[in-house]
Amino acid sequence: MIGRLILTYPDAARRTGIAFVLCIITLGLYAMGISSAWIGYLIPASATWLADNIALGRLFAAGMIALILAANWMALRQLSRRQQIIGVWIELFLLLMLFFYSFNLSLPFIGKKIGYLISQGVVTTLYISAISIVLATVIALAGAIAKLSKNGVIYGLATFYTSLFRGLPLLMQIYIIYLGLPQVGYVIGAVPAGILALSLCYGAYMTEIFRAGIESIPRGQSEGATALGLSSSQTMALVILPQAMRVIIPPTGNQFIAMLKDSSLVSVVGVWEIMYLARTQGQTEFRHIEMLITASMIYWILSIGLEFLQSRIEERFGRFNAR
Amino acid sequence: MNPSMQNAQIVLRSVHKWFGEFHALDDINLSIAPQEKVVICGPSGSGKSTLIRCVNRLEAHQQGHILVGGVELDDDERKADMIRRGIGMVFQQFNLFPHLTILENCILAPMWVKKLPRKHAVDIAMTFLERVRIPDQANKYPGQLSGGQQQRVAIARALCMNPKVMLFDEPTSALDPEMVKEVLDTMVELAGEGMTMVCVTHEMGFARQVADRVIFMDRGRIVEEGKPEDFFAHPKTDRASLFLSQLLH
Repeated sequence: MIGRLILTYPDAARRTGIAFVLCIITLGLYAMGISSAWIGYLIPASATWLADNIALGRLFAAGMIALILAANWMALRQLSRRQQIIGVWIELFLLLMLFFYSFNLSLPFIGKKIGYLISQGVVTTLYISAISIVLATVIALAGAIAKLSKNGVIYGLATFYTSLFRGLPLLMQIYIIYLGLPQVGYVIGAVPAGILALSLCYGAYMTEIFRAGIESIPRGQSEGATALGLSSSQTMALVILPQAMRVIIPPTGNQFIAMLKDSSLVSVVGVWEIMYLARTQGQTEFRHIEMLITASMIYWILSIGLEFLQSRIEERFGRFNAR
Repeated sequence: MNPSMQNAQIVLRSVHKWFGEFHALDDINLSIAPQEKVVICGPSGSGKSTLIRCVNRLEAHQQGHILVGGVELDDDERKADMIRRGIGMVFQQFNLFPHLTILENCILAPMWVKKLPRKHAVDIAMTFLERVRIPDQANKYPGQLSGGQQQRVAIARALCMNPKVMLFDEPTSALDPEMVKEVLDTMVELAGEGMTMVCVTHEMGFARQVADRVIFMDRGRIVEEGKPEDFFAHPKTDRASLFLSQLLH
């Protein structure tokens, strides 16, 4: 019945559908407890009416937002795909900024501290992450090859390592390395302990990524290389790994971004990276939220940098796919 | 057995191989003289591919002896690598390296295994690419070539190592029909130059034209062998005549 109605009156059906969706959004916003205060700000004359009819005012506010969303959707549909993407980014970014603005942040305070946050915090975070990333990659490569080994001892070592370091929370690993190693007579600094924990933990995760990447290459490739007389290490380095990179890079990029942010855990042992400074710099003037939001934005910017780097590297290793 | 056993290029003596319970090679005795062309045929699963993959130790045999150029293949991987340098192999699925250009595919082994300088390796590679008539594709990637072209590149890549023996593992089975001829022509040319060749193939026209000997395998055993004209006209065993009657050629 309904199906026939839709087929007979497609336009009417479409409009009814749109109205239905708008109603759902309106009710959803209303149920979420949206406030009508913003209408009062925009049109001061309506303030008394809003105060008298609270529920109706809230329903009206929800309806207005639903209409604004619909209008925005229609407007974006006029644009090309590329412009749509940029438009959405700008809109959401402005909303985010509006959200931060609502905290009534002290910009002069941020301006005063941001230089130190970058010169000390970002530099520390970056070099800890960079060293850890390199070490984790080396560990992951060795771990993956060990996991594919026929030798039982090597396989055993690799599986125990990945199981342990994937199984413990990273925070715990940092504590155990920083506080535990001195117990067996090796005193380790906070920064080396952090780097060690990060590279061991991420090396364990990335071992699995590398192993899967290597295994994704068809057996014919290594047979072809072997038949040409290449040794097994040459086969791995010249034939298998360059192809496995295509599979390995996207999830590895994920890991790098995750590690960049997880390096904030190193702050618990007193390394002066972004997170540590964000927590401590705000204390003097009780402006915690300023520093936390600034630090978040810095992490985001650094992650965007890594995303960009990842796409460049992917392009490079995907070259041979061109047909 | 073959009288020229002493100076044979490849010798297999009572070779056995099992995949789990499956007896893939059952008492294989075979000797192939220098410059001889041998075609191996038989139904699928009869052990043809396993046989030639044992010759360059892509598979390890479990009993018996395999000698290539007088050197015995055993668990010593470095000895196997040495022997592989003298044996070229062409696969059903080409197994070109998709991340390298045609030229890079051809110079990889000469540069890394034989340690030739790049320029020298390129000269050799271009010579062979010209012989298989695709020098103009040298800077393309394998994915950009047709199946027949890829297989000819695979042949050129193997020849760049200057092998004494060429093994072909169903080189035309993965090709579209119209590309089979260009690959077979290349192989016929190669045969004319005196290369020792062992081909697993169902191309009976090719077998008639170039083979000195046809070997028919079934269930891991060599059931019958003989000159192609005898084998095709008067197969001695029922199994072979049944097999031949099922081929279209």
